[in-house]
Amino acid sequence: MNLGQPNLKTFAKTLEKLAKIDSDIMVVTSDSRGSGKLVNFGEEYPEQIVEVGIAEQNLVGMSAGLASTGKKVFAVSPSCFLTARSLEQIKNDICYSDNPVNLIGISAGVSYGSLGSTHHSTHDLAVLRAINNINILVPADNFETEKSIEIAAESEEPFFIRFGKRPMYDLHDSKTKFRLGKGIQIKNGKDLAFVATGETVYPALKAAEKLEKEGISCSVVSMHSIKPFDKELLLEIASSCSAIVTVEEHGIYGGLGELCAAILMEEGINIPFKIVGIPDEYTVTGAQMEIFEHYGISEEGLAETALKIIRLRV
Amino acid sequence: MTKEELEKKAIEYRKKILTYIKQANAGHTGGSLSCIDVLNVLYNDVMNVGPSNIENPNRDRYIQSKGHSVEALFVVLADKGFYPESGLETLCRYKSHFVGHPTRKIPGVEQNTGALGHGLAISSGVALAGKKDKLDYKVYTLLGDGELAEGSNWEAALIAAQYKLDNLVAIVDHNGLQITNRTINVCSTDPLDDKFRAFGWEVIEVDGHDFEKMKEILNSMPLKKGKPSLVIANTIKGKGISFMEDQLTWHHRVPSDEEFQTAMKELDKAEEILNSKTLSV
Repeated sequence: MNLGQPNLKTFAKTLEKLAKIDSDIMVVTSDSRGSGKLVNFGEEYPEQIVEVGIAEQNLVGMSAGLASTGKKVFAVSPSCFLTARSLEQIKNDICYSDNPVNLIGISAGVSYGSLGSTHHSTHDLAVLRAINNINILVPADNFETEKSIEIAAESEEPFFIRFGKRPMYDLHDSKTKFRLGKGIQIKNGKDLAFVATGETVYPALKAAEKLEKEGISCSVVSMHSIKPFDKELLLEIASSCSAIVTVEEHGIYGGLGELCAAILMEEGINIPFKIVGIPDEYTVTGAQMEIFEHYGISEEGLAETALKIIRLRV
Repeated sequence: MTKEELEKKAIEYRKKILTYIKQANAGHTGGSLSCIDVLNVLYNDVMNVGPSNIENPNRDRYIQSKGHSVEALFVVLADKGFYPESGLETLCRYKSHFVGHPTRKIPGVEQNTGALGHGLAISSGVALAGKKDKLDYKVYTLLGDGELAEGSNWEAALIAAQYKLDNLVAIVDHNGLQITNRTINVCSTDPLDDKFRAFGWEVIEVDGHDFEKMKEILNSMPLKKGKPSLVIANTIKGKGISFMEDQLTWHHRVPSDEEFQTAMKELDKAEEILNSKTLSV
């Protein structure tokens, strides 16, 4: 598997590519062009970048105003601030008002690691899922990131796309299709399925490979599209696999796991099921990978969880 | 529009505001009556916007940040022909598009507002787009004085000056009252003019019920090239109805049958006086 670049870098490069051919592409930053790898974008397209300073409410409000005139706006800020400080602007100025801003949550989840909970966004999927009229994408690798940005740029609907800043392994080959609302099955198996999203897809895949060596065949799905959600694929997986483990770089409440649980319950499907994410506690201090390992979002941890719930099968 | 024509409209609009609030049994009576004269001047004498050019990228924009005074906006937009006035009979009713705050589902409404402290940032974005696209439209936004306690206004005030948005005109409906008390007793923004000047704006005060003065000022924007303009419109909450004027209780009170009749009689009387004045001229 090839180690690619950080999704953050792919995002910036994709925007540069799009801005070159479309002068309506506009980036709005809150003193975040450096963190967003957008310094080069600013130099290449100075007329297409708007700096608002450290003022996230204003970032989103102004972006809504710009979008209302037909600009294709990407509002870029650390996900922790973007989706908490300016949540009301997202809800009202973008979603309720139908202003198609693309909100880019950089360094999402626990990417900021030891900087602590002020800088973590383990709530963003939950709060935005509860708001009408926004697409939510969590790309797992460079390919998914590029496609997410391209789709958002062409859409007339609001988007929230979040990713981290660590280099990501390429999970897909050139034949893979990326579609809004459609997950991507990376691996096929029947004993258990890992339904993962974003940067947790890779450890899920590694766990699946490890389990395979122990004679347990696993499916792995990249559920990049949280909203709209690929219910069909989830049900297909639930019928072909005996157990499901969901994995996300997000709190265990309101994210991918609870979304899957609700669908399975409503469909009357009762199979061993476990949500892996950041538990409801003060998050442990550490680098992103240390936090992942602490909470079992790792090859070892996920394999262990899988074995535990497989044993629940009767 | 002449001062006399605006004065006539003012009475007509006040009657309609009260009528539809009474029918809906809901609404923000005091604030709608305080800002209606500003809207009257903007839509009838200042802005280049109407049903025929609402899709034109170069139209002037009005964004009502103090969205709760929506009855004033809905009445004016109906009068401008954006929709039949009969729609207002459904105000706040089940399944009506006429919600109790501005929504773009209603023709002529530029942005959905209602949560306070949002309009200035959105308006700054629209104004910045105008600069980028080299269009000469102006963006007018109406803020409440109580609303200015929201910190987001000050973020937007800073950036509007930073980008020299002289196509942005913010008008404060400075009626001095908010739901709890007088604004100076809650979270005073005085001296408002100095505050905005310190933020890089050009500021002017006007009697928000003086049509002549408002016509003159609002048609001479920007106040200064390269700066956003702030117009502090000194108004009276509940203006036009004697027992509602400057009374805290009328923030969102609906008149009783008797109060409604008294108010309409007062407006009839004002109309008579105006008509006799016009005739004598």
